Amino acid sequence: MKLYKFLPFVIFSVISLALYIGLKLNPSIIPSPLINEPIPEFSLPVVGGEEAGFNSDDLKAEDEVILVNFFASWCGPCYIEHPFLMKLKERGYKIYGVSYKDKARATNKFLSNLGNPYYKVAADEDGRMAINWGGYGVPETYVIKNGFIQYKHVGPIHEMEFEDKVMPIIESIDQ
Amino acid sequence: MKYALSLLFWMMMSFSLMAVGVDEVRLLDLAQEARAQGLMKELRCLVCQNQSIVDSDAALAKDLRIIVRERITAGDNDEQVLSYMTSRYGDWVLLKPPFDGATIILWMSPLFLLLIGFFVIFKNQGNRQETPNSAPLSADEKKRLKNLLKDKGGK
Repeated sequence: MKLYKFLPFVIFSVISLALYIGLKLNPSIIPSPLINEPIPEFSLPVVGGEEAGFNSDDLKAEDEVILVNFFASWCGPCYIEHPFLMKLKERGYKIYGVSYKDKARATNKFLSNLGNPYYKVAADEDGRMAINWGGYGVPETYVIKNGFIQYKHVGPIHEMEFEDKVMPIIESIDQ
Repeated sequence: MKYALSLLFWMMMSFSLMAVGVDEVRLLDLAQEARAQGLMKELRCLVCQNQSIVDSDAALAKDLRIIVRERITAGDNDEQVLSYMTSRYGDWVLLKPPFDGATIILWMSPLFLLLIGFFVIFKNQGNRQETPNSAPLSADEKKRLKNLLKDKGGK
């Protein structure tokens, strides 16, 4: 049996399989090198003011699983995500909100019109915190436990993903 | 005329070579600015994927260009600037992926395919059958051939 004659076919199959798998990956999700790393240092002011909003030490001091959500009033998907964040607040989750490159007035209007799902809100006006966190758009949600980034979600977070990916992390701390 | 056109052409070419992101703030030190622009061409824009941050118009790309210039002004070498980016965005941010365990298949596959190609050619050549009957034509066959050729010529 002359196996080498099948070699081109084998190569074709391998490449096809690789491309088929590649086709199903979402290219807009860029894997973050910061998963399972300590949160990058930051200190943000409140929206529309000079006073301190919250900083990395505040997040590290939390002994429960918390969420950090980057949002902006100019961001369409943030409106889609908003009702689910409200739901999470009702369920008692602590969400820290970072208003990304947004005008203070617009952020405040967004929150007063739709409701404020956040435990605390701070402003990342120049977007530097987002860059330090490896962010590349809004909305983005980070799951923090003991000052470490456990999980990152790009785009509006939804119920199903929360149940599948975030709940196990939250449950792991309860033990 | 021809000379003028060619001059115009090369002038246009030279402008497009100099074209680099529309940033109002550039480094005053030309050597540093050249280094910064070189690095920007190696960094992938996270929003408009497959464009470098120089080519991209995205706000984030602009922020990253500012950061590259800041790092260089602060005295970082090229490697430090790139590692500043990869520590935040991973190797993904490099347009040219590094040569390591994870990318070895990517880098070696062209060579691998070439070797397979050579192998197949070599194998096929060795197997190719010689012309089965290379004995000279007999007198009879020569006569037939001659007739056939004559027929053809007569047409």
